[in-house]
Amino acid sequence: MDYSLLSSILHAILVASTPLVFAGLGALIQERAGVLNLGIEGLMIVGALAGFATALAGYPLLFSVIAAAFAGASLAAIFALLVLRLYANPVATGLALTLFGLGLSALAGAQYVGQAAPQVSVWTIPLLSQLPVVGHALFSHDPLVYLSILMAALIWWFLKKTRAGLILRAVGENHTSAHSLGFSVMGIRFLAIAAGGALAGIGGSYLTLVQTPLFVEGMTAGRGWIALALVVFASWRPFRVIAGAYLFGSVTILQLHSQAFGISIPAQWLSMLPYLVTIVALVMISARGDKGVAAPGSLGKIFRVSR
Amino acid sequence: MIFVEPRAVTRWYHEWLAVLVALILTLLTASVLLAAIGLDPLSSLHRIFIKPLNSVYGISELLAKATPLITIGVALALGFRAGVWNIGAEGQLVMGGLCGGAVALAFWGVDGFWVMPLVLLGGTIGGLFWGAIPAFLKVRFNANEILVSLMLTYVAILLLSVMVHGPLRDPDGFNFPESRLFHDAATLPKLFSAGRGHLGFVFAIAFAIVGTWVVKRWHLGFEMRVTGLSASAAKFAGYSRDRTVWMALLMGGAISGFAGVVEVTGNIGQLVPTISPSYGFTAIIVAFLARLHPLAVIPAGLLVALSYLAGEAAQLSLGVPAASTQVFQGLLLFFLLGTSLFVNYRVRLGQVA
Repeated sequence: MDYSLLSSILHAILVASTPLVFAGLGALIQERAGVLNLGIEGLMIVGALAGFATALAGYPLLFSVIAAAFAGASLAAIFALLVLRLYANPVATGLALTLFGLGLSALAGAQYVGQAAPQVSVWTIPLLSQLPVVGHALFSHDPLVYLSILMAALIWWFLKKTRAGLILRAVGENHTSAHSLGFSVMGIRFLAIAAGGALAGIGGSYLTLVQTPLFVEGMTAGRGWIALALVVFASWRPFRVIAGAYLFGSVTILQLHSQAFGISIPAQWLSMLPYLVTIVALVMISARGDKGVAAPGSLGKIFRVSR
Repeated sequence: MIFVEPRAVTRWYHEWLAVLVALILTLLTASVLLAAIGLDPLSSLHRIFIKPLNSVYGISELLAKATPLITIGVALALGFRAGVWNIGAEGQLVMGGLCGGAVALAFWGVDGFWVMPLVLLGGTIGGLFWGAIPAFLKVRFNANEILVSLMLTYVAILLLSVMVHGPLRDPDGFNFPESRLFHDAATLPKLFSAGRGHLGFVFAIAFAIVGTWVVKRWHLGFEMRVTGLSASAAKFAGYSRDRTVWMALLMGGAISGFAGVVEVTGNIGQLVPTISPSYGFTAIIVAFLARLHPLAVIPAGLLVALSYLAGEAAQLSLGVPAASTQVFQGLLLFFLLGTSLFVNYRVRLGQVA
């Protein structure tokens, strides 16, 4: 086996998966608060454009990422307003958010098409990056790859170990009980939606800042929908989102290299795999109905205070 | 303090007033956006929304684009009333086009009045099958139909791509990923001498009328409405939730599949890797614009079809990407959803009672 090929494939898988990790975590934090947001795709592409425009204007990576997060959070605020204050149907609102984001980015991004973002510097981790095979593949990346993993850990810690995280989960499990305990369901959901929007925006910006690094309209190409599937696949656990995202990323990369491995079936069959795997995972989770892996109890339900 | 309270009486025109307000707000916001990118809003709006309709060709194109939107919109309106979220109409459309197209290619060169019905039936069955998968998984395993139908959309698009690149490719087509052009016996007649408007539009209107009848007169339609409005009331009345899920998804799948085969036999005339510019997703907007009334789907479908023409016109005459039409569609859906609160609630000023 050629180790340098293996190493470069592993490296490519991490790069392909990182946008999905961010977007998946963004969807996860909203869903744990009981909000089903089908607009992730729209949030991602707006973040992609905002990050790209900031980088082209000559600002450092940190600023680009903040701009992407801000753009995602602002767009998500529209969703929050409609769903939380105007009690709009969340499924349709999420869809509107996707359409709006795709259209807005195409309209505003036309002027950036054909330009390239400046190269992002690589943070090579000393010692670890010297390891054979995995050294270069895992420990020689741009800062955002490390941030995505840190983010998963942070969200795990927040949900599992903090009081605020417990309240967020309570709102997601049963909003009526959380409300009667005196927690602000609206306020907590608003914060969750804004945070989720920011994460989706960062995920999108990874595409334009590192992965391609160009802006093309519609370039998220369904990743926002995969992120939603990923959360189900991960049964609403942050670390499993990473595992799921890497699985999806592997399939994408393997399909590119399938010819190198002597696989002669059309690439489309391999491309179907992530979607089919998600359906199987969804069926297994739904059929078991275990307490530990079930969806948050109030997911996607409209909360209305009755007088 | 501003608060909302339920209206004591709701009048039928409140619904349509909300739709009108949403349309006006959408146009206003679109004008602001156009002005922001340095275009004169009024003349631009005239150029993209009115001018494309100034010819028989334009009207014909409008009807061609409205055909799948109305057909699928009717099916979704019925399903959404039942609270079944079939988001995968796009995939069911693609499967309908693929299966119907495969039948058309199998009978290539065969003449006979029975070829066309067979092709349409093939497409309908393809869509039906694709809608049956989320229905089965929902009823048997309680798997969320939104995610399953959505995932299947991507699978269907990839399946069409495999077939058009392989088995169904035109043998004399220089390896282009396209099928042969369908034989005349498997092509729907055009309605006008210009443009692509075809017989499928007449089918779409028929669906809207039958759909209205189902909602208003059939017990099944009533059952589905009750299930959508209150699951517990439906259970109490002895209505089966499983049956509603099956009905909504089988109907949605079959009708979307029909729309797909009508699109390939009426509009495109062959199988190509992309047979739909997201009609299946846009039909969701159509259903909401019609406030889930099957008959109102007709004007709603025409209006949203106009937004597709507007996108093309915007690209040609304003130099704006055609995808910007999605801004318009997204805004329209935002405002429709936002204003629908005021149909059943009214805004009051003063102290909360």
